[in-house]
Amino acid sequence: MSATLSNRHAPPATPPALADFAAEASCFDLSGLSLAYDGKPALRELTLRIPRQRVTAFIGPSGCGKSTLLRALNRLHDLNDEVSRQGHIALEGQDIHAPEVDVADLRRRVGMVFQTPNPFPMSVYDNVAFGLRLQGVKRKRQLDEIVEWALDSAALWNEVKDHLHSSAWALSGGQQQRLVIARTLAVQPEVLLLDEPASALDPISTLKIEELIRTLKSRLTLVLVTHNMQQAARVSDYTAFLQAGELVEYAATDTLFTNPRLQRTENYITGRMS
Amino acid sequence: MKRWRRGEGGWPWLAAGSVAVSLLMVAALVALLGARGLAHFWPADVELVTLSDGSRFAGQRVRHVETRAETQAKAGGGARTQVLYLTGNRDLDGQYWRWVDAERITKRETPAGLIVLERQRWGEFIGRLVALREDGATQLTRDAGDDALWQALQARLARVEALRERREWLRENRVAPLARRLAAGGEADSQSQHAELTAQLKAARARIADVQRALARDSLVLESVDGRRLAQPLGEVLAAWRPNAMSPFAKLASWGQRLWAFLSEGPRAANGAGGVWPAIFGTVLMVLLMSLIVTPFGVLAAVYLNEVARQGPLISLVRIAVRNLAGVPSIVYGVFGLGVLVYGIGGSLDQWLFSEALPSPTFGTGGLLWASLTLALLTLPVVIVATEEGLARIPVHQREGALALGATRYETLRHVVLPMAMPAMLTGVILAVARAAGEVAPLMLVGAAKLAPQVPVDGEFPFLHLDSKFMHLGYHLYNVGFLGGDVERAMPLVYAIALLLVLVIAVLNLTAIFLRHHLRARHRGPYR
Repeated sequence: MSATLSNRHAPPATPPALADFAAEASCFDLSGLSLAYDGKPALRELTLRIPRQRVTAFIGPSGCGKSTLLRALNRLHDLNDEVSRQGHIALEGQDIHAPEVDVADLRRRVGMVFQTPNPFPMSVYDNVAFGLRLQGVKRKRQLDEIVEWALDSAALWNEVKDHLHSSAWALSGGQQQRLVIARTLAVQPEVLLLDEPASALDPISTLKIEELIRTLKSRLTLVLVTHNMQQAARVSDYTAFLQAGELVEYAATDTLFTNPRLQRTENYITGRMS
Repeated sequence: MKRWRRGEGGWPWLAAGSVAVSLLMVAALVALLGARGLAHFWPADVELVTLSDGSRFAGQRVRHVETRAETQAKAGGGARTQVLYLTGNRDLDGQYWRWVDAERITKRETPAGLIVLERQRWGEFIGRLVALREDGATQLTRDAGDDALWQALQARLARVEALRERREWLRENRVAPLARRLAAGGEADSQSQHAELTAQLKAARARIADVQRALARDSLVLESVDGRRLAQPLGEVLAAWRPNAMSPFAKLASWGQRLWAFLSEGPRAANGAGGVWPAIFGTVLMVLLMSLIVTPFGVLAAVYLNEVARQGPLISLVRIAVRNLAGVPSIVYGVFGLGVLVYGIGGSLDQWLFSEALPSPTFGTGGLLWASLTLALLTLPVVIVATEEGLARIPVHQREGALALGATRYETLRHVVLPMAMPAMLTGVILAVARAAGEVAPLMLVGAAKLAPQVPVDGEFPFLHLDSKFMHLGYHLYNVGFLGGDVERAMPLVYAIALLLVLVIAVLNLTAIFLRHHLRARHRGPYR
């Protein structure tokens, strides 16, 4: 990797060790956020902080609103007319629904990886370069460098470097998911939203993704939605438990899993309630 | 037994049987068209038939039928067989075919000296060659031997063929452009220019007259097998062969030549004589133009219905209407094309742009453009429905993936959704091509011509003449088969044209399928 690139993408100083939630810098600030699909409430009055350069996991039973919450963070609901919203979301102190905010710009800053790997119908290289080209990056050398850096960051470079120009659809599921992560990283987001990123993958691919999440933490904020509580326990720093659109409990992951404050939380994480 | 009662064991056979029957029917269709159509070009032996009353005639045996005539059955005669011969010599006999009772035939021979001539007028001649004449003076007679005479005929036929080609070349490249310039120039040309052009045209016409004279130099003296003689100008003879003297290989070569002539030459008259090249060309060109028009329209309409419009009762209604359009009879589209496109739009275009040519219409009459547009309209629902289904099949997370990278809706559509829907669009185009290439009814109203030997593409600006009439295989088939007088003569041509139509559609479809396969294959890498 060239010197310029390593400078540009130099990881910031390692964040301070987990200590006190109150001492963490905020990435997202949600206040009184309610969302409804077609009048049916999906999120009720959520107020919470998502700390910068940490992995925050959302857990909860199906339909509890955790994916809805994730999609609210990069305004992916905008295209859906049936969704109505109340309350505010601030990213680095700025309201993301403010009229001067450009949605495309917001989504570039807040990248997202979905449950099903969704590479585009083009080559591996073009997939990773997609977001960059949208921003008008045209120079071949610059693209080459960033593509290599992004694939390397997603721990995929060694597997695809000889097949950069063949179709991305020919990759295995786990490779595709890492390609999608590389594609998202290529536009250098500040936040990475992960919507059950490993639920469609085999155990080995899952391990690779989790490892990747731990590595990426040093340079960006990660928000993870997962059904898998072991996964939340393994990779996240903070965990929020949602139920029926409400925030039930939010604490450091160790605390939440070993010493939950509420009976509802304990029931869920010990499997006494679906 | 229990398995059978519950249907297990039976239904796969039923399903396989349906496929087998369908395949068999398609194979039988192609085999029938192939056998009947292609056999027409085979130089069959000429039989010299002697009848019981001593009269003789020569002809090619076409087929025979057994009839059980009422009167004969009463008389106890039973069935009798009648044989159909192609005897040619319409200028001598006034007829082209001859039915004879099989029992009246006493002798059938195939003498090597019998020749078949294909002529521009009067159809085939079957009989003997007596003499070759030049400017009315006999050059060579059959006293010199049949073979020597035959060789001389071949040499002269080659000369005549070259002269005919020269004449066509002069007409197309000398006379026609000059005549057009004179007609178009009008007052724009100065007096001297006009005079010069007129002189050039006169010179060109004189050269054609020279060629014409050279063509008229030779003539043949022919004799039918019953001894009647006939003088035949050689300039009107297109081909000559001696089927009885030909080896199977020579026959095969001759068959290939005649087939090629059928495919590559223009028609000589509306009755199906000559080739079908303009019809093949017209069909393919019209279908390609139709595809070029219908694809963008259909895809954009489908994109609107599926991606842009807010889904609701109105859009559902539009969707149902589009699907119902596919069921409207094609002749109705023809009427619409005639009324709205030809008379409405074409008539207005003529008044605005081609008013100097009125009252003779330019676009105000049926033509290539209107035919292509009418068929595009006809096939629009097919493309819309197929594209819409393709768009609807694209998973939501693919679109979201692009949006989450900061793509706009247009960029998502352009780079992710449309490429993924491409195979479905091409499926729509394939279905559209299949439907359009086989349509005849609307074309009769909006531009297909009975006889248009000039193809609508040439070296003259604008190269592609959208206003010109064109020939179409389907319409040609209808004309040859059902509007000509001579059914016996038309039948083999009908089979041949039908086979050709099937082949043309198959080739067009295969091209599109190949394209689709190629697009799909792009997304399969070397991994698996």
